[in-house]
Amino acid sequence: MALFQIAEPGESAAPHQHKLAVGIDLGTTNSLVATVKSGVASVLPDALGRPLLPSAVRYRDGESPVVGYDALAGQSSDPSNVIVSVKRFMGRSIDELPYRESMPYRFEAGPGALSLKTVAGVKTPVEVSADILRELRTRAEAALGGELVGAVITVPAYFDDAQRQATKDAARLAGLSVLRLLNEPTAAALAYGLDNAAEGVYAVYDLGGGTFDISILRLSRGVFEVLSTGGDSFLGGDDFDQRIFCWVIEAAKLKPLSGEDARHLLTCAREAKEFLTNHGAAPIVARIGSGELVDLELTTETFTEITRTLVEKTLKPVRRALRDAGLSIADVKGVVMVGGATRMPQVQRAVGEFFEKAPLNNLDPEKVVALGAAIQANLLAGNRASGDDWLLLDVIPLSLGLETMGGLVERIIPRNSTIPVARAQEFTTFRDGQTALALHVVQGERELVGDCRSLGRFELRKIPPMVAGAARIRVSFQVDADGLLSVSARETTSGVESSIAVKPSYGLSDDAIARMLKDSLDHAKDDTARRAVKELQVEAQRLVEAIRSALVADGDLLLPDARERIESGIARLQAAMLGEDRHAIARCIDELETETGAFAALRMDRTIRDAFSGKKIDAIARELASSEKGGET
Amino acid sequence: MVGVVWVGGRMGFERVLMDFNVDHFALFGLPEKFRTDTDLLDKRYREMQVLAHPDRYAGAGDEEKRVSMQWATRVNEAYQTLKNPLRRAAYLMLLAGRKLDVESNTAMPTEFLIEQMEWREAVAEARRAREQTELEQLYHRVKQQMKCRYERLANLLDDEADTALAEDEVLRLMFLDKLVSEIDDALVALEA
Ligand SMILES: Nc1ncnc2c1ncn2[C@@H]1O[C@H](COP(=O)(O)OP(=O)(O)OP(=O)(O)O)[C@@H](O)[C@H]1O
Ligand SMILES: [Mg+2]
Repeated sequence: MALFQIAEPGESAAPHQHKLAVGIDLGTTNSLVATVKSGVASVLPDALGRPLLPSAVRYRDGESPVVGYDALAGQSSDPSNVIVSVKRFMGRSIDELPYRESMPYRFEAGPGALSLKTVAGVKTPVEVSADILRELRTRAEAALGGELVGAVITVPAYFDDAQRQATKDAARLAGLSVLRLLNEPTAAALAYGLDNAAEGVYAVYDLGGGTFDISILRLSRGVFEVLSTGGDSFLGGDDFDQRIFCWVIEAAKLKPLSGEDARHLLTCAREAKEFLTNHGAAPIVARIGSGELVDLELTTETFTEITRTLVEKTLKPVRRALRDAGLSIADVKGVVMVGGATRMPQVQRAVGEFFEKAPLNNLDPEKVVALGAAIQANLLAGNRASGDDWLLLDVIPLSLGLETMGGLVERIIPRNSTIPVARAQEFTTFRDGQTALALHVVQGERELVGDCRSLGRFELRKIPPMVAGAARIRVSFQVDADGLLSVSARETTSGVESSIAVKPSYGLSDDAIARMLKDSLDHAKDDTARRAVKELQVEAQRLVEAIRSALVADGDLLLPDARERIESGIARLQAAMLGEDRHAIARCIDELETETGAFAALRMDRTIRDAFSGKKIDAIARELASSEKGGET
Repeated sequence: MVGVVWVGGRMGFERVLMDFNVDHFALFGLPEKFRTDTDLLDKRYREMQVLAHPDRYAGAGDEEKRVSMQWATRVNEAYQTLKNPLRRAAYLMLLAGRKLDVESNTAMPTEFLIEQMEWREAVAEARRAREQTELEQLYHRVKQQMKCRYERLANLLDDEADTALAEDEVLRLMFLDKLVSEIDDALVALEA
């Protein structure tokens, strides 16, 4: 609620106060929380000094869930209640999951999204993720000694709108205020770039536990500009485990396995995979439920062979991202390796061969994403220090469009558009007297609606009856800086309007979030109420002061009656502040903020305009003089 | 569809805020020419995003955030239009008062249209046969032809100021651009 507190672009509102903010890497396998202290980003470890939190949640009957290593410990004995790799389920429906059969979970198909049956009741992936985030939040607040103002949460660059929405919902459910959803490779590029003062075009190759991302960025004087991104949100270390698992079943000629055995063998497969990174062969020894003993040896050669197609699969998005960026391999100065799965030698080799240069491994591939997120969080929370003059410009990974006649997709915003971005397109009615238009918003690169992801449907109603083709329906797409889409439609001759934040089919409704939050809150009421009044009074005072100084600086933007309304709003708020009625103060604050909304917008506009033109005069003159001769297309 | 800026919100004063009259070139302080100093454009773009981007106003109120998003969106749109030579050319035609309409334009010479059909068939064929290398070769050939046409277009627009001939060139380039994205779609489909 820092209305009016922008002084200059990029300057923090209250420089004296360090706000507690964290970056969270919510990974498929491991999650981390990091923060910036005295200008240095570091990962916050748990009480035992372990930096990673395994992304595992164990649900128990009548007790609160266990998260992390302790949850993993229960995996073999209680597989159906220990949820791992839940990130793969985010924003997905049940039939979209590969090898669902080999997972020991009891899935339930929900409306759109899936859910999981546990001893503690039915859990959605959003709720499971929220449990992981809550654990990290608790860890951070204990370490930093205070409440967090917010968090930057990372998501795979290739996550679609539904997966992003689900992630944001999970954060809200965990009581975290989301400063920004940040793409994982972008976060890594930020940490790497700032650390190495890198300039030029870099690729970030991020192969984690469950997702693969490739991003091509141009780093130029503090601006990190994502040129293109690509990936596969179902490709990661887990798939290599799966290949070993299948190899074991075949090599040991095993019959169909129980959930416990499958889980146990998958764990063995993963251990073997990680062991092979530094050894030529790995033993796989396991006793399974039937009493049979599995005793095999997996060599590097075999492992490389059975996972060759997976490694190749990562190179396709790489090729496409390069093509989208209009670049060739020679343009790429370095390839930053991110994600635990990039430790595998065959991955290192393939990437090195493809880019014709040795990959960069100088940052811890498991931590770099969280560190980048922490750096961004620190900045967004308003802790900008003098040297922090960098900016991230990111893109949307997948095209956004609308269904048109015949099940075809009309692309409105192409993939790799820099965000924020807005586009509008005009449509018309095709029947005489048609009064409604159904809009189906989809995301993806395919031409047929059925091959793209459905993000939501909505309807523009009450169109005045006209002859076919006469209505002018302008559909506008806006993607914000989190990469989230909202759509609105308007019939321009009559002004009939309709809009949605696109989340109906997979995300949770605001009501559902509110209900879940309420369920998970305990009520320590009275204390909080007193504190709340105090806080509101402070906030009210700040608001009044901010408006006063805004009026001094930019009062000329207001018409006299608007100014009068603001003055009387201030008077009302000041009267309310004298009392202890929390609701009255809150109401007056709200009213005053509404009243000053247009004024705030006008001031902001003036700020940016002045900034633009201030720059222009000296910078342009200088540049034009020096570049008169240069010029190409 | 050039220069579309998001207009929304309840109060309607956005129209005042978003100044549609400043054209994209003026926004970046660049001369209204097809041959553009792309390095300078890039540089100006980054400077302006540093000033306008929502990340710079994360602690501000909702209205400020909204205005910042609108500006950042506007700057992005302008940049994308000027950076891409085809969009830049189309935009210049628009500024010159010529409305390009590919669909209804039938004035394309037959031999060009025949060539287009042949290209298109080649793409479809390569796609059916899953010929990735063939598609990539086609891609480069089309790109090569586009490059030559862009050079001619630059002449027509900046040196000869012949908008009628330029329009013809732009329309051909639009065909070729469409072809490129079709090849691209085909390549994506092969990779799926
Ligand atoms: N030494 C190693 N050799 C091979 N693989 C490893 C090694 N160490 C970790 N991994 C693998 O890396 C993966 C986890 O990597 P990471 O922690 O980066 O993923 P994540 O961030 O949880 O997942 P994502 O980014 O996909 O959401 C696991 O599949 C793990 O088995
Ligand atoms: Mg990761």
